[in-house]
Amino acid sequence: MDLDHIRNFSIIAHIDHGKSTLADRILELTGTVSGRNMRAQVLDTMELERERGITIKAQAVRVSWKAHELNLIDTPGHVDFTYEVSRSLQACEGAVLVVDAAQGVEAQTVANAYLAIENNLEIVPVVNKIDLPQADPDASAAELAELVGGKPEDVLRISAKTGDGVAEVLDAIVDRIPPPSGDAKAPPRALVFDSSYDQYRGVVAFVRVVDGAFAAGEPLRAMAQGTRFEAEEVGFFAPTMKAADTLGAGEVGYVITGLKDVSRLRVGDTLTSEQRSAAEALPGYKDVKPMVFAGLFPTDSDDYPDLRDALERLKLNDAALFYEPESSQALGFGFRCGFLGLLHMEIVRERLEREFDLDLLVTAPNVAYRVLERNAEWLEVHNPAEMPRELDAVEEPYIRASIIVPKDYVGPVMELNNERRGRFDHMEYLSPERVLLAYELPLAEIVLDYYDQLKSRTRGYASFDYDVAGFREGDLARVDILIADEPVDALSMIVHREAAYSRGRALVERLRQEIPRQFFDVAVQAAIGSRVIARETVKAKRKDVLAKCYGGDITRKRKLLEKQKAGKRRMKQVGAVEVPQEAFLAVLNLNDGTKR
Amino acid sequence: MTGSVRHLYVHLPFCAHRCGYCDFVTVVGRRGQHAAYVDGLLAELELERAVLAPELETVFLGGGTPTFTQPRELERLLGALPPAAEVTVEANPETVTPALAALLRRTGVNRVSLGAQTFQPRLLGVLDRVAGPDDVRVAVYHLLDAGFDNISLDLIYGIPGQEPSDLAADIEEALALRPEHLSCYELEAKPGTRFTHGHGEELRRQAEAMEGYFECVVETLVAAGYRWYETANFCRADAAERDLRSRHNLAYWRGRDYLGLGIGAVSTVRGRRWRTTPRLGAYLGALSEGRNPVREYEPLADAVRREERVMLGLRLDEPLPVATVAGSLDAHALARLERLGLVRHVPLADDDPPAAGDALILTTRGRLLGDAVTADLVT
Repeated sequence: MDLDHIRNFSIIAHIDHGKSTLADRILELTGTVSGRNMRAQVLDTMELERERGITIKAQAVRVSWKAHELNLIDTPGHVDFTYEVSRSLQACEGAVLVVDAAQGVEAQTVANAYLAIENNLEIVPVVNKIDLPQADPDASAAELAELVGGKPEDVLRISAKTGDGVAEVLDAIVDRIPPPSGDAKAPPRALVFDSSYDQYRGVVAFVRVVDGAFAAGEPLRAMAQGTRFEAEEVGFFAPTMKAADTLGAGEVGYVITGLKDVSRLRVGDTLTSEQRSAAEALPGYKDVKPMVFAGLFPTDSDDYPDLRDALERLKLNDAALFYEPESSQALGFGFRCGFLGLLHMEIVRERLEREFDLDLLVTAPNVAYRVLERNAEWLEVHNPAEMPRELDAVEEPYIRASIIVPKDYVGPVMELNNERRGRFDHMEYLSPERVLLAYELPLAEIVLDYYDQLKSRTRGYASFDYDVAGFREGDLARVDILIADEPVDALSMIVHREAAYSRGRALVERLRQEIPRQFFDVAVQAAIGSRVIARETVKAKRKDVLAKCYGGDITRKRKLLEKQKAGKRRMKQVGAVEVPQEAFLAVLNLNDGTKR
Repeated sequence: MTGSVRHLYVHLPFCAHRCGYCDFVTVVGRRGQHAAYVDGLLAELELERAVLAPELETVFLGGGTPTFTQPRELERLLGALPPAAEVTVEANPETVTPALAALLRRTGVNRVSLGAQTFQPRLLGVLDRVAGPDDVRVAVYHLLDAGFDNISLDLIYGIPGQEPSDLAADIEEALALRPEHLSCYELEAKPGTRFTHGHGEELRRQAEAMEGYFECVVETLVAAGYRWYETANFCRADAAERDLRSRHNLAYWRGRDYLGLGIGAVSTVRGRRWRTTPRLGAYLGALSEGRNPVREYEPLADAVRREERVMLGLRLDEPLPVATVAGSLDAHALARLERLGLVRHVPLADDDPPAAGDALILTTRGRLLGDAVTADLVT
């Protein structure tokens, strides 16, 4: 296919604004999928994706429309996968930006629009769900036109659900989005914008060919990572895999690599031919690093090998997942895992529990810290318990946050951001009613309950998006928790020095409630180094005996004893103290019932 | 053929009304069925007679309210039961008349356990008890007049609304009656019951104060010369050097076999336990046809018996021989509990078979924490 008849585009939208439904309608209308085989949201392959209404892995589908080859590149829809989104967008020349006619522009719409603009994409603005009774297409179209710098009358109005206006979207893609440029004769270059692992065929790379052509049997090289392999097969999705002789310049498709591990072929890398190697890789490759860390421990320590196997298998398909063995004196053997963000963590946890049937205890998440040790080098710390007590400087990751709220909630959001050490950047009115607030915040202030707080303080109206801005120095302290003078590694936390006292107090108080009374007084302390900043005592119990034992009904009494024994088995031993597993999650619930 | 069981329990479920806190098998009213029920008990006794030893150590009539049973039927039952060294009948104070006391006396009863519960009218009301404080005193004097010299009083503490001063007054009034024996039970408010629903809030409020009630009971009674021989049971030192412990209940705590007759009654005989149906109609129906009533059986493995032995044996103030339960003790936990001053090793008394090894006993604090200590100790 000559370049003039190819269009590569993405659909970008805030969560639930109808991206997947529009994709389904496009497949139907172009005859790619017959109505009979139409399964709602065919592009979202994983069970979990359908349930959460988000897309984890991008895929690309080729459709035909009026003698043109259109490649629809599906993008992940969430903040944690910004980098993957940006690579998907780099593979396109245009984007269909979808906004829900009842909701208007949301934080992710803005973030995605900016990403698309940064990638020089032609944007086709679309207002969806015009059939909804509460739809306000005019207001949404005005917001959208303002955002992308166009005219409201150029904004298409559709209902992806009914199919109304979808043909016009396809026409607009052909008319407004430019064809790909590229040199079919140059040494081959293709951008890897996603990859996936297949049990039988290994890593499948999703690529956008920029220059030259790729064919099966050719020895290839990933230019950034240096990984070498032979293309076992090339082809495209329509919507299932179809092998092709070649993938030419401007085209989108897949390359079966036979590699056994997705981490050897990272998103953003450039494929080229070994024999006719390109001189320069495509720009923009970035080694994405996990920013959020948490300990994952099997509830039953016998499940440790199963957890290890499950992580190994997840990692095959999730290059961003990081894990290393961790042993906690309180929680036993587990893994310290690194994630792109909170949603990524939630997805991994759910997949482990659902697909691998594991019962997990997940510690409170923390961010990555960069630490300058006394007269030593910078090192990265993923676990508060490993933070050196003596150090020269600590840096923590910051994010750039965009929050969109109705104007009445600006006050509460500012208040929240101030509590969370946020730095106001700017504010703009998207419409007379809706405001975008831009802040810089330490990521550590986001990972626990920021999103819940934001939602509850704005009655659910706020939308939120962020990207990582880099590391900044912070005045941070490591707070350790001691139970009966034993430090409990799983409860150590890194907090801003000003908040250390109140966080320490709150955690110690929470633990006093969570730890059952023992045979002796148990001191629960929070300390910075050797200085105790908070202390509570779990008083020894004075009585634990049911007085009555009547009429020979010994079985009943024995069952009570067995119940008591079973309760003890669920406890973790910290020194001589029995601590319920829930107590280790106390830090997750510090703000329950207490307004900060 | 004769058996080896030397302890017999007989359940008499009838009550004038049901008290809110009670969770025993009871039948309210049904005066017309007392005779049929006694027939049933005696028929069941005949069916099981083979397990009983020729001479019994104890017979215990519990309820329900055994003394609410029609006097004629009660007398017929007591007359037909095998004799024993200790024959106890539970009685509610308001049922004890001179005539009843005389009836019990002439039918071989030599121990009466009176359900006094509390002497505070307000708290008796909370418990739905009919008797007033004076009924208890009067009952005791009727029993003394009839010649009884072994009377036990039941007290309940932890009643919703009970102040520490109420408890002190109860103990003082009980002691004034010089009973040979006292059983002091903490009120158990079972979750989900009407009683807990009605008083749960009050119980939660006083939970902290109530923690000290048990200690107070123990301290006061021990100071008054009573022996704290079992977690909830106390007996007076006797001038005539009688052992005033409840021999029947000691049999449970020492893991002896016993036969229970009547609805809801539990028996343990040669490694097997069973509970008879709590349904009166089913019970009477089966026995009128000469069949055993429906029972739930539970085989008791050796390990289970040992576990029960620890659980019950440590409630007593007598040492538990380690040799009999060694396989069921967690050595680490034992060492820890010793360090914490909750358990003590003591030498076995010379006459205590088997002679090998030593024995365990809980310290005073260990006894107050007995359930938790036991849960730690048994593997």
